[in-house]
Amino acid sequence: MSNTPEHPAELDRRTVLRRAAAVGMLATPAIGLLSACATSGDDKENEQVSGGTKSATNPLGAKEDAPIEVVIFNGGYGEKYATDVHEPLYKKAFPKSEVKHQATQAVSTVLQPRFAGGNPPEFVNNSGEKFLDFGALVNDGQLQDLTELWDAPSVDDPSKKVRDTVIPGIVEQGMFNTADGGRKPFVLYYVSTVYGIWYSGKLFKDNGWTAPTTFEQFKALCEQIKAKGITPYGYAGANAAYYQWNVILTQAAKIGGTDVLKNIDNLEDGAWKQDAVKQAAEAWAEIGAKYSDKSFEGLKHTDVQLRQNQGKVAFYPSGDWLENEQKKDTPAGFTYQLIPVPSLTASDKLPAAAIRAAGGEGYFVSSKSKNPRGGMEYMRQMLSKAGARGFTETVGAATVVPAGSDGFQFPPGVASAQAALKAAGKDVFNMLFDNWYKELDTEARTATNELMFGRIKADAFVERIQKRADAIKKDSSVTKFKR
Amino acid sequence: MRHGKYPFVIGFLFAPVTLYVVFVIAPYAQAFQISMTNWRGLSAPQWVGFDNYRRLLDDGSFWKAVQHHGVLLLALPLITITIALFFSFLLNVGGKSSGGQRQGVWGAKFYRVVFFFPQVLAVAIIAVLFQMVYRPNESGLINGVLMKFGFDPVLFLIRPNLALWSIIAVLVWQAVGFYVVLFSAGMASIPGEIYEAAEMDGATKVTLFFRVTLPLLWDTLQVAWVYLGIAAFDAFAIVAVLSVDGGGPDGATTVLAMEIYRNAFVYSKYGYASAMGVALFFLTLTFAALTLRLTKRESVEY
Repeated sequence: MSNTPEHPAELDRRTVLRRAAAVGMLATPAIGLLSACATSGDDKENEQVSGGTKSATNPLGAKEDAPIEVVIFNGGYGEKYATDVHEPLYKKAFPKSEVKHQATQAVSTVLQPRFAGGNPPEFVNNSGEKFLDFGALVNDGQLQDLTELWDAPSVDDPSKKVRDTVIPGIVEQGMFNTADGGRKPFVLYYVSTVYGIWYSGKLFKDNGWTAPTTFEQFKALCEQIKAKGITPYGYAGANAAYYQWNVILTQAAKIGGTDVLKNIDNLEDGAWKQDAVKQAAEAWAEIGAKYSDKSFEGLKHTDVQLRQNQGKVAFYPSGDWLENEQKKDTPAGFTYQLIPVPSLTASDKLPAAAIRAAGGEGYFVSSKSKNPRGGMEYMRQMLSKAGARGFTETVGAATVVPAGSDGFQFPPGVASAQAALKAAGKDVFNMLFDNWYKELDTEARTATNELMFGRIKADAFVERIQKRADAIKKDSSVTKFKR
Repeated sequence: MRHGKYPFVIGFLFAPVTLYVVFVIAPYAQAFQISMTNWRGLSAPQWVGFDNYRRLLDDGSFWKAVQHHGVLLLALPLITITIALFFSFLLNVGGKSSGGQRQGVWGAKFYRVVFFFPQVLAVAIIAVLFQMVYRPNESGLINGVLMKFGFDPVLFLIRPNLALWSIIAVLVWQAVGFYVVLFSAGMASIPGEIYEAAEMDGATKVTLFFRVTLPLLWDTLQVAWVYLGIAAFDAFAIVAVLSVDGGGPDGATTVLAMEIYRNAFVYSKYGYASAMGVALFFLTLTFAALTLRLTKRESVEY
């Protein structure tokens, strides 16, 4: 019951993912466990296959006839996308190679002994409740450095590197501190999540309202909505205050550029007191005071979402899992639509279309497997247009490869999120402090409720979070991260 | 036949004592040990001496929680015992006397069962129920009615000054039933003649209560006070499930167990959380010792 027992099944999975990332980034290892197992097995190193011939179609030099073993977490996305899409793609590229497939619901149970015994599979979808601790794997040197993969030419366009075919920030998200103090990409986060503010397309169409792009338009529209007797804006204070600090910080990034968030993540001195954060807080405090409802502080996210479904709330901030989460409660024709957080001033550093997006569902290649280059090649195939498209068609979720989602018939909400992501182009950013420092997340949530429900002003808001950030920075027992 | 007495006694005690040591004493001892480390749950703990305790001194949420325990410690026993005494008096001796026997008010048997209901419910269920009762909009039990009559909704769990009292009300609601039964049992064992004699001397019901019932019930009251005091040091489940944002708004309803939970299982600061646990241990112990000492007086024999 961490956080609060708040999330229904759909969000649960997400929380698990977030936690996967969070826990994974702790460079503190559970190596004790691994090595304890290792002592019982024989410690001989796996004999790795020699590289294949590097060529235009095989830039990573995977050995053409060496088998690879793929382990898939059989959870929310099932295993079909692997057996029907990605594995055939690999087979097609390397007809002489054999792909061994295994699906499991308990990744660590199946794989812990394999790692301990020095015989790990090449490719792993490390997800679900029993995922392996990423940080521990990194510290034990079990994960393949993916730098080469990201720098390799992509399948569809050899002039483009793989890293340029994915949403900005995704490579970054999978980077971990190594034992020697470096920072390398080890994990591929594959499923795309887009954050924004949601409204009902039908409600807006019926009333002739148009989605705002600037804050002035936003406020003017809120005024009209209010006149209709509908609460213009709301989030659930009881357990989902982070939906709102996400909006405030997204706003701050738009005002002052993505470095604002980088400073916050890196616990730089005075990061929360940056002008952009204060301005964003001021702007949203006004929305909270004028266009929201005091009672929302006592409601849970499902309550407020239901009120939006009932047409009693116009705008609601969330990520693009919202549509699927609310599937059962959404009336016919509701048509979820997303707008990016509107831009505050004409002098904002980022354009109005800029948006926060992140990845979920982690995959890695085992460095100590027989054929790690094959594993990386498998990833390259996954990140091809056909691989991403196949995944999306099979499971109905967008990947971090925008080209794979082109023209796919998503439900309206995800479609609008994808459109917004595309419109954002390079101006896509993410923040990681809440996963790195849970205490800071808690403080930001509390402060956000204080701010949005009118008990403190923007100055006090940034002041109190900064104080906590400073305390964390000084706390030697907390592992620090940098990006 | 004193031969073999000790092996016999030891044989019987062995199992329970072992269980107690392994599952109760050892974890306690370990909490003391962990509280002296900076353990985060994964790598081996490092000894940090009294650092965690020093940190407690300027932890705002810790002191807020302690302060709330102070309020709970006064309010919870006082309110609960007053209400429980009043009800059990009505249920046992508040009615007319028939044939020289004191009787409860009409329907006493029924009420006794009803009062006990909350005690039967799991705490988590009570917390969820009261979410509905306190809900700050038209679908809340209380506010739904208020809003029908055109009043503004009362923001029970949201207004910082009101939130803790809303929580206390739930704790009282839940506890009263048990103490009504406890006090009823105590009252039932007070001999009827004493009431009869007092009544003949012209004592009113109020006099009966303060001069007869209360003194003869003193032992039971003392027990009730200690129990409720210890309950006041807990309150975790209700706060965790019912309050806004886990002990909020802004820590207005937080309690030590909530802070321990957060530090251990959200922040993974097991060492620091253990230090809080140790502090809570001593607070509870001090309270129990103090209460037993202060309320010590000759019990009346009858």
